[in-house]
Amino acid sequence: MTRQPLILRNPSVLVVLALLAVFTLAVTLLSQAYGSGVVPTSTVKILGKTLCLALAALAMDLVWGYLGILSLGQMAFFALGGYMIGQWLMYARTEAIVAAAMAGNPIPPTAQELREAVANQIFGVVGSSELPLAWAFAHSLTAQLVLVVAVPGLLALAFGWLAFRSRVNGVYLSILTQAMTLALALWLFQNDSGFRGNNGLSGLQNIPGLDGVPQATLSVWFLWASAAALALCYVLAAWLVSGKFGSVIRAIRDDETRVRFLGYPVEGFKLVVFTLAAMITAVAGALYYPQAGIINPAELMPIASIYLAVWVAIGGRGRLYGAMIGAIAVSLLSSWFTGGRAPDLPLPGYTVKWVDWWQVALGLSFVLVTLFAPKGIAGIFDRLAGVLPPRRHGRDLGPGQGALQEKEAKA
Amino acid sequence: MSALLEVDGISVSFDGFRAINNLSFAIGAAELRAVIGPNGAGKTTFMDIVTGKTRPDSGDVRFGETSRSLLRMNEAQIARAGIGRKFQRPTVFEDQSVAANLTMALKAGRGPFAVLFWKPSAASVARVAELAAEVGLAEHTGRKAGELSHGQKQWLEIGMLLAQEPRLLLVDEPAAGMTLAEREQTTALLVRLARTRAVVVVEHDMDFVRRLDCKVTVLHQGSVLAEGTLDHVTRNPDVIEVYLGR
Repeated sequence: MTRQPLILRNPSVLVVLALLAVFTLAVTLLSQAYGSGVVPTSTVKILGKTLCLALAALAMDLVWGYLGILSLGQMAFFALGGYMIGQWLMYARTEAIVAAAMAGNPIPPTAQELREAVANQIFGVVGSSELPLAWAFAHSLTAQLVLVVAVPGLLALAFGWLAFRSRVNGVYLSILTQAMTLALALWLFQNDSGFRGNNGLSGLQNIPGLDGVPQATLSVWFLWASAAALALCYVLAAWLVSGKFGSVIRAIRDDETRVRFLGYPVEGFKLVVFTLAAMITAVAGALYYPQAGIINPAELMPIASIYLAVWVAIGGRGRLYGAMIGAIAVSLLSSWFTGGRAPDLPLPGYTVKWVDWWQVALGLSFVLVTLFAPKGIAGIFDRLAGVLPPRRHGRDLGPGQGALQEKEAKA
Repeated sequence: MSALLEVDGISVSFDGFRAINNLSFAIGAAELRAVIGPNGAGKTTFMDIVTGKTRPDSGDVRFGETSRSLLRMNEAQIARAGIGRKFQRPTVFEDQSVAANLTMALKAGRGPFAVLFWKPSAASVARVAELAAEVGLAEHTGRKAGELSHGQKQWLEIGMLLAQEPRLLLVDEPAAGMTLAEREQTTALLVRLARTRAVVVVEHDMDFVRRLDCKVTVLHQGSVLAEGTLDHVTRNPDVIEVYLGR
């Protein structure tokens, strides 16, 4: 028996890839660097960052929508990915500047002197001039790229192993994940943790070695990279959830105990998905922060992860495209409303300023979606495709609970 | 006949209440056994212990030719060793199709990576169709399990147990909520299954037990009160006292 290829089994993959390609092409042709310049560079950056957020939402949907773990610490992995790439960006750029400044010295600097000067430049702001151990590989792009996935991956693996092995579930697990990201944020806020405390890493938009390339061009390149990462991860996620693996993780979400009695090592499955999602989120973060230009520990505060959960809930849990739609729609709306460009809403006696009221509107829509449309925006597509939950209204015909119901019997 | 499952002097108490009290029990490799007893006799706790859901305070549970102790294994490992369990309430994955439910239960590698790279083969598809036909759900393989009626869910769960190919089957009140015709079907299936594997049926419906026509173990207050044919145990004065005396 031949099996249908993934694209036919899951037509949303093709649609998402096509939309992404059209979107990327359109932005490129309207950008200042490669086209008419209708779309300013700052907007290209916002769009590129939004794609990264959509990627994080995709990973969140794997963990929450498919596996059933409401992780409220997912953005810790996002920020860690950003920190890892930021180390190289900042080190390499500072090194280039310092080397240029020292080139005029009568005696050329030794490697040791250069290193010390770089450390002084980067850590002077927190009153230190030594390069912390965590920066041992900061000079190497390859090493830091490996760390982008390795550090969040190992953290997720260790955290997951401890939590899943003890069978921590539900709200307790959510609180633990939140505690994890908060603890990490508080640690990073300290000056002596080696990541410049609350200053964070900055100047990340300047890519070392590409000094001659204007930001207009760089922003389009990053948009391409973000779109490519999103496309690849979408295919990966769709493949993951389409087969028996997807079946098992959804079963774990719905009835973990029963899955155990089928002989599946539930903890192993949770670890694999949680770790993979952490690594995907980290890649998203590593693409996001060079576009944002700055990262600081505030990015790890639990509120960021809660926003991520809100996006996924509004977009639709358990549908990969739903999570992406939610992240894109809500984060774009959010930056429009909080950017001060949304027109005020004059009511008799009070003028609604969206900068102040947007959070309230978002919170309200989250509550409404949870109550009345638990499938979120993706529920609309389900309805169009005719995927409806079983209707089991009416009285039981038989004495047993769940016997044939009136409506079923008529059909 | 050597025993497939040997329960040796187990005791367990919850908050001071002794649910199982020095219980010993053995079943052969191809045997049908009914376990009866009044409410609170420890029937379900006994199943929980064998399947790894509850740890006994003392005693041992051994399984298979090598008499491997089950106490150091978790639920999933015990299930992989060949013990299947049918719950009282039908527990199927309602959000997934009948075929997906059966496919998940099919005997195959259970590790995350084995599952990730598992692909349906002609044999597995045929086996799922065969199982669906066996439990009368051949026309429903594409439907979501949540749409099935209570009886159909019971059958789907039985189908999933068959797909696991267990060596020991623990069945908790299979006849609950079934029609008379379905009960007869269930009896026939259990008797047929017991030819190739061990089947333990927990039940308190005496008519159903009589139809199974097998050795009966009576539990009372966490230990064995009597054992033998149904006629033998129902003549036992202790049993009469437990069932009728109050």
